[in-house]
Amino acid sequence: MYIFIIRRILSIIPVLFGITVFIFLIMHVIPGDITSILLGTEATPELKEQLKEKLGLNLPLYQQYWNWLLGVLVGDFGESLRTGAPILPEILNRFTLTFELTIFASIIAWVIAIPLGIIAGIHRNTKTDIGLRIVSLMGVSVPNFALATLLILVLSLQFNYFTPVDYVGFFENPLKNMERLFLPALVLGTAMAGSIMRMTRSSILEVLRQDFVRTARAKGIKERAVIFRHAFRNAMIPILTVIGMQIGFLLGGTVIVEQIFSLPGLGQYVLTGITQRDIPVVQGSILFIAVMFVTINLIVDLLYGYLNPRISYK
Amino acid sequence: MGEFLTRLRNDKIGLMGLIGVLLICIIGLLAPFIAPHNPTEIFNEYRLVSPNSQFLLGTDDLGRDILSRIIYGAQVSLMVGLIAVGIGAGFGLLFGLLAGYFQGVIDNIIMRVMDVLFAFPDLLLALAIVAVLGPNLKNTMIAIGLVFIPVFTRLVRSSVISVKEMEYVTNAKSIGASHFRIIVRHLTPNILAPFLVQITLALSSAILAEAALSFLGLGIQPPDPSWGSMLNTSRKFMEIAPWTAIFPAVFIIFTIFCFNLLGDSLRDIFDPRLKDQ
Repeated sequence: MYIFIIRRILSIIPVLFGITVFIFLIMHVIPGDITSILLGTEATPELKEQLKEKLGLNLPLYQQYWNWLLGVLVGDFGESLRTGAPILPEILNRFTLTFELTIFASIIAWVIAIPLGIIAGIHRNTKTDIGLRIVSLMGVSVPNFALATLLILVLSLQFNYFTPVDYVGFFENPLKNMERLFLPALVLGTAMAGSIMRMTRSSILEVLRQDFVRTARAKGIKERAVIFRHAFRNAMIPILTVIGMQIGFLLGGTVIVEQIFSLPGLGQYVLTGITQRDIPVVQGSILFIAVMFVTINLIVDLLYGYLNPRISYK
Repeated sequence: MGEFLTRLRNDKIGLMGLIGVLLICIIGLLAPFIAPHNPTEIFNEYRLVSPNSQFLLGTDDLGRDILSRIIYGAQVSLMVGLIAVGIGAGFGLLFGLLAGYFQGVIDNIIMRVMDVLFAFPDLLLALAIVAVLGPNLKNTMIAIGLVFIPVFTRLVRSSVISVKEMEYVTNAKSIGASHFRIIVRHLTPNILAPFLVQITLALSSAILAEAALSFLGLGIQPPDPSWGSMLNTSRKFMEIAPWTAIFPAVFIIFTIFCFNLLGDSLRDIFDPRLKDQ
């Protein structure tokens, strides 16, 4: 077990290294001279040269990468080209919101998806199952930006409800905070619910076919107990994997939802960075999200190994 | 093939998906013939007009016909979807075959690069690439295509590994067939089923990704019609002109839903574990 854990943790080091190289390289093949973009109409050859010197763009590429990597390793992600503010504190500050949104969305998704998935699995190939299969596919198919736009439209036209504009932290005013995050979380959660529901259904079906379920039924245990005590617990393993993967994807999905609901989260920071061509900001926040994504996948893998001891021996 | 068609015919949900997908394709292909107006033509005196007999789905803020823009938008969505998936599936097939067939060092190099690409949430990777290349139609297709490469590579590699120990492959080797011949004649045809299912599912993701990028202003640029950017611009005045938001949204949802229905059915049909049920 320990060897499995250590090997798995060590295996992400080359991936993390690859991520930094990849992000650095794609950010440095940007067509056009970044100094002219930054200086705009004021660009003169002298000013451009000064700016290049200041940003370290005169150094060879490997030197620039090395300097950036060393900075990242000690928690210095550099400064925003536009505001001059250090990047990492801003990322961490905004990540609290994005993280809260992700958790909130996941809870909504679990509450909807797991019970419905179990119901669909138990009633396989009945009208209920087919109906639920269509509902879950709808969940996966409705893009979060389309759902968000339609929701805002219906709420404002039919119910005269407008989402609050200001954002307050959870610890300042939990109720207000939840009200502000409810719609974005619902939008994010629906898409996630679709895939979790499908996984729950197929996983339950898979387990229900196995011998120990037949034995449990043969012993005369009530169907409810067979489902929850025997089948569901075993079906949880693949469901957990999907949940973990989805949490990672939510981090990407928040870019759109934060933009629509004007939430000052990490996704919005990336997008502002992209539209303003603020390379250190884009570089830093994408690196942060990728590292989070890899870490979440690692945790899911370790959990998987813990829940399913057969994995450890491989 | 015959059995496949019978199974698809028996699967009402899959059939619904297929019909929907064909419908969208026909709309896209016949766009110049069925669109009532030019999608970029501006009717100055008809801004934000609600649906009527002249403009069946109304007009947008600049006075362009929404129905025509949606019809041409189908063309854009399908083109981006097909080319992006083509890039992803093409390179994925190549890398997957190389990695799975030769294994060893080649496998290691290819798969470690794929691990890195896999370490980014899809949309974020596409965003980063578009940010670098600049937003336009061509770069949107490249960005989305690149995102799909690791998905296809992994799929093809694992199929190749399971197929290549089969007797017909070892027999071909023993009679002296070249690597090229084995890969093209013996391996590729036998890994096509999961590959085709993945293509259908990837098409819906690609269309979704294009809409999302355009929605964020980083995909197709105006005045070219795209469902995503139509939805985005509509947000400014959708309370007074809800049709500008509702129709593009409905079309995006319908298209992706149909592709998913079809992909889902194909997966069930091709998955041998579900065959006997």
